[in-house]
Amino acid sequence: MSLPPLPAEAILVGATAADWREAVRLAGAALVRSGAAREGYSDEMIRMIDEHGPYVVIAPGLALAHARPGPDVLADGLAIVTLGTPVAFGHPHNDPVRVVLGLAIKNADEHLAAVAGLANVFNDGTAIQQLADAASIEEIQAIMRDDS
Amino acid sequence: MKIVAICGAGIGSSGILKVNAERVLKRLDLDAVVVAADIASLPVVIGDAQVILTSAEFVDAIGKTFADVIVIENYFDTAELTTKLQKALA
Repeated sequence: MSLPPLPAEAILVGATAADWREAVRLAGAALVRSGAAREGYSDEMIRMIDEHGPYVVIAPGLALAHARPGPDVLADGLAIVTLGTPVAFGHPHNDPVRVVLGLAIKNADEHLAAVAGLANVFNDGTAIQQLADAASIEEIQAIMRDDS
Repeated sequence: MKIVAICGAGIGSSGILKVNAERVLKRLDLDAVVVAADIASLPVVIGDAQVILTSAEFVDAIGKTFADVIVIENYFDTAELTTKLQKALA
């Protein structure tokens, strides 16, 4: 049960985004900085939401931006962007979003270990609030440590 | 028994549903196979699935089915999953 790497370059604390597209782009740019994805991955994550709606807002205040494995994914990776001002994605129950996770998965067959790691962190109902309130990259990395 | 978790990409969100559904089923001592898939592969994977777990956004695309379609609001809330799965499987 291991989370994809979450290096400091993949974390943005208290960012500003005008709308959900910009928030997803910030997560995409963080995945590019950490070497997990190419530039085009942001567009793919946005296309998923354009096509299927705001279902990526999978819990109150939390969006899991992601797309399919493909040429724009260079390695498994996770990015976290916390927003100074929450952004609406248009979700009926879970808006507004304060924390955007960006997930890049290289191999679909092996992704369940990564998402199990996410479940371990977020099945603690306070984790989203803790992330939203975190003031530093180190604090976020500590919250995301999967101890189980 | 078979349960299908559906999202747009077939990874990520449906994977989280699968992992958490398996945890809940184990706690309830229920035996089921949970498959994560994207909405486009639903016709291929559905088979004789009894339950479909998904978000409200996919209900229309899933359309008519013999399976119980369960809409999950908070993917990480195992209490919500427990209540809804118990109701569907009762």
